[in-house]
Amino acid sequence: MLSITNLHAKVEGKEILKGLNLEVKAGEIHAIMGPNGSGKSTLVHILAGREGYEVTAGSVTYLGKDLLSMPPEERARAGVFLAFQYPVEIPGVNNVYLLKAAYNAIRKQRGEPQMDAMDFLTVVKAKMQFMGIDPSFLNRAVNEGFSGGEKKRNEILQMLVLEPRLALLDETDSGLDIDALKIVAQGINELRSPEHAMVMVTHYQRLLDYVEPDVVHVLADGRILKSGDKQLALELERRGYDWVLAEAAA
Amino acid sequence: MNAMTEALRPYTEGFKAFASTHADKAVWLKDLRRDAFAHFTAQGFPGERDEDWKYTSLRPLEKRGFVSTSSVPEQIQPGLLEPVLLREQPAYQLIFINGRYTPVLNDAVNRISGLHITELSQSLQQDARGLQTWLAPETIWKRDSFTALNTAFLQDGVLIECDAAVHLERPLQLIFVSRQQPQPSACYPRILLRLGAHSQVTVIETYYGLEGSANFTDSVTQILLEDSASLEHLRIHRESPGDFHVSRVAVDQQHASSYTSHTFNLGGLWIRTDLQTRLQAPQARTVFNGLYAVNGRQHVDNHTRIEHLSPDTHSDELYHGIIGGHARAVFNGKVIVAKHAIKTNAAQSNNNLLLSRGAEIDTKPELEIYADDVQCSHGATIGQLDEQALFYLRSRGIDAQSARGMLVEAFAYRLLERIDTPELRAYAARQINSVLPGLATVMEPL
Ligand SMILES: Nc1ncnc2c1ncn2[C@@H]1O[C@H](COP(=O)(O)OP(=O)(O)OP(=O)(O)O)[C@@H](O)[C@H]1O
Ligand SMILES: [Mg+2]
Repeated sequence: MLSITNLHAKVEGKEILKGLNLEVKAGEIHAIMGPNGSGKSTLVHILAGREGYEVTAGSVTYLGKDLLSMPPEERARAGVFLAFQYPVEIPGVNNVYLLKAAYNAIRKQRGEPQMDAMDFLTVVKAKMQFMGIDPSFLNRAVNEGFSGGEKKRNEILQMLVLEPRLALLDETDSGLDIDALKIVAQGINELRSPEHAMVMVTHYQRLLDYVEPDVVHVLADGRILKSGDKQLALELERRGYDWVLAEAAA
Repeated sequence: MNAMTEALRPYTEGFKAFASTHADKAVWLKDLRRDAFAHFTAQGFPGERDEDWKYTSLRPLEKRGFVSTSSVPEQIQPGLLEPVLLREQPAYQLIFINGRYTPVLNDAVNRISGLHITELSQSLQQDARGLQTWLAPETIWKRDSFTALNTAFLQDGVLIECDAAVHLERPLQLIFVSRQQPQPSACYPRILLRLGAHSQVTVIETYYGLEGSANFTDSVTQILLEDSASLEHLRIHRESPGDFHVSRVAVDQQHASSYTSHTFNLGGLWIRTDLQTRLQAPQARTVFNGLYAVNGRQHVDNHTRIEHLSPDTHSDELYHGIIGGHARAVFNGKVIVAKHAIKTNAAQSNNNLLLSRGAEIDTKPELEIYADDVQCSHGATIGQLDEQALFYLRSRGIDAQSARGMLVEAFAYRLLERIDTPELRAYAARQINSVLPGLATVMEPL
């Protein structure tokens, strides 16, 4: 589904990604772990189409298409979804209004009819209940004044409504209390299916207790230095990253 | 000197013609007009050194040489006014074409109980004593050339008086239509509005340009709110891309009166509006809300002035500006708290969104506080569309243009939220939406 080959990218002239390779197949869940500043957010931002990154080499194919040549909205409509590490507050733009506009833009792309406002509300309300989000959040401005955990839940709510083929979750587990973590994990598992794939960036083994990954990667120094199964995550939790870096240097 | 004389010539000629066709019997009126015109010619148009006109050049206006509207305008199809007619709720409507009252809608405005509406040309003949004090040059803008000019050509407009304790259910809408003339023309409407004690009224002042109009409107609105009277005042500027407008609104507020203004500057080529209120007695309160949304080569200048002249008075002001293309906007908000006006509460804020590299804003909040024990705040911001918010929206499948539109709308809608009546809010939204999509499509990168 997603194939990243030898990806090099710069930010403000500084090389952050230095030849990154990654293969994600439909139905798979990949976890990416790695030290602070190693380029994890950079990677998912580039995949989602954020400006300000200069790709100097390499390619990304998504469902057979050249992902990097598509504007962000087209990627979203083709099923790519980024749950932001820091969801953006947008004063004056209503939460449910955005959800509906996003939902209908994606349906339009698929050639499906627009969903009627009342039906849509029913769907959203059910998913909100599932995510433990109070209905009053429907009519609040997008992320404005939300607590850190509420923002993360809202990202997963959007994911559940939009049902992306490829979800990129950037530290969605950070800043969540224990109950919220379980709810968010439930949300992620809800979407898990042979058609959907996910890439979860995380610092903690804990999320992986609830969402079992197929593959765990270590991203350090702009590359995937090591990949393994969920045992790798446990080992990283115990030993940190230094040994991976040393191994790679050897 | 020569250039100035040249610039004033169309007005001098216009005044001569006007004075001969309006050889009124009333000596006071003749004198008033003559004095006002002398005042105007002595001062000329404000120059660059005039602090009040620092960022707005009079050159474009001077170059046009607007002639006076003399011909009696014909009827127009009411359908042409549809875009600006209040349809969201029943309303009383008066139409003025190039300044002159024209019965277009056959509205039964003369039979509203408790409300007295008189064409100014009539009341000038009938009600000399009542009007003289209102119109005396020292009462308002005595150093203002444009008010002097308006007074020199005093004839068109309307006198509106509301009896005490009357609550007018329907808004009263005054629509000033600018219509293409053989030569670009000037008109000088005057609105006099007096609300009796405890009365409650909504007035919508709409300036609308029809296709191809390129005229100059020099309008003066005077408002008197007696004790506990309450006025909600919408002003919609949707002139044509060739229209000029200098607009003065002067409000006087008595005890516990309430004035709320919603100004929407959405059209015209060159617009200057001065809005001022004087809070003369305790518990008087005023709210100034404004939105200017300009594009292309438009120039819009909003000057506001709130004078707290009595203790325990309140004001709250919020203006938002959206500026695209090569448009230029000016905001100057003055709040004055007189020496004895203790316990004054005044808040002012002006926020601007620049949508293109060629757009320009000059904003200047001014506080002059001469009293102790007051609460005053003010602030101004200038920003661009939030790149992070744009990316967030696009990452959800919203195309770039719609995303920009959503953010521009959100910024503008802050002003709609401040209109309490849902019908009026819907009307204002309809007016705003006539220009916002155009602004949001600016593709020019910053
Ligand atoms: N706009 C920018 N300008 C300059 N440097 C940047 C910019 N964006 C990212 N970087 C740098 O790129 C590097 C990678 O950042 P990135 O956010 O991808 O790290 P990360 O792996 O997500 O870290 P964390 O675990 O802390 O979230 C960092 O050193 C960061 O400072
Ligand atoms: Mg990160």
